[in-house]
Amino acid sequence: MLGLDADQLRADMNRLLAFLFHQGILDDQFLQLQQLQDENSPNFVSQVVNIYFHESEKLLRNLRSSLMDRELLSYDKIRIHLNQFIGSSSSIGAQRVRNICAAFRAASDHSNRTGCLRALEVLEHEYCILKSKLHELFQIEQQILLAAGVRYPVMN
Amino acid sequence: MAAQGRHGGRKSNKMTALVVDDNMVNQTIHHRLLDNLGIENEAVSNGKEAVDIHCSGKTFDLILMDMDMPVMNGIEATRKLREMGIRSMIAGVSTRSMEREVQEFMEAGLDDYQVKPLTVSKLISIIHKING
Repeated sequence: MLGLDADQLRADMNRLLAFLFHQGILDDQFLQLQQLQDENSPNFVSQVVNIYFHESEKLLRNLRSSLMDRELLSYDKIRIHLNQFIGSSSSIGAQRVRNICAAFRAASDHSNRTGCLRALEVLEHEYCILKSKLHELFQIEQQILLAAGVRYPVMN
Repeated sequence: MAAQGRHGGRKSNKMTALVVDDNMVNQTIHHRLLDNLGIENEAVSNGKEAVDIHCSGKTFDLILMDMDMPVMNGIEATRKLREMGIRSMIAGVSTRSMEREVQEFMEAGLDDYQVKPLTVSKLISIIHKING
């Protein structure tokens, strides 16, 4: 029964991953990241993704405050933040977020404040989806580990 | 004193690398990629720190140089390192892909350029150039 739970959870995880790839939320780079995880670094992916979340939320706050302040609006600063966001999103395979950042950067290249504001809203929305789905993925992974641990109790 | 390797690094069995990137996600991933290939590595957060670490006497077989960084960007840092006589393999690693931008970076003194994200296969192709 407990074995079936772990199998069911693995099926759920594979379904979620398939969904994320099919929707273009993640790309192959996420698989590359998973391949860097091993028994020596069993939490490598969640560690990197948590750094990504922390950095991304700072960048989103910086982007919003940059755009809200008309007087001190600096498209150079916006481009710096976006280059960071593009770089880190590429590195974890966050394809949709990366693509929206690229479109946002194009709007900033044209000093298009309206376009930038629109892009920022889309970016915030996409980031929320990504964060929510990755949290779900990591929760399932944790449940699989727990289920495997319960299934194989230590025998005296 | 350790003899200089072909690209200016210590001539020892273990290759050494310096990751120059202001982004913590990239630093973490690049550090892990290099670790997995058995390459001793350190990370700094901008071009000035890369120059400073060389001024302190350290050298590396390989430098992975980001382009866009605060304080001193990758182009300036690469130029400065070459002016200092650093002959290490310097590979630019950036999200920029426009020919003009890459050319400017290459002309600063890069040996190679890879578009992010950096993968195992891209890193191996850089390393083959050191050993080739």
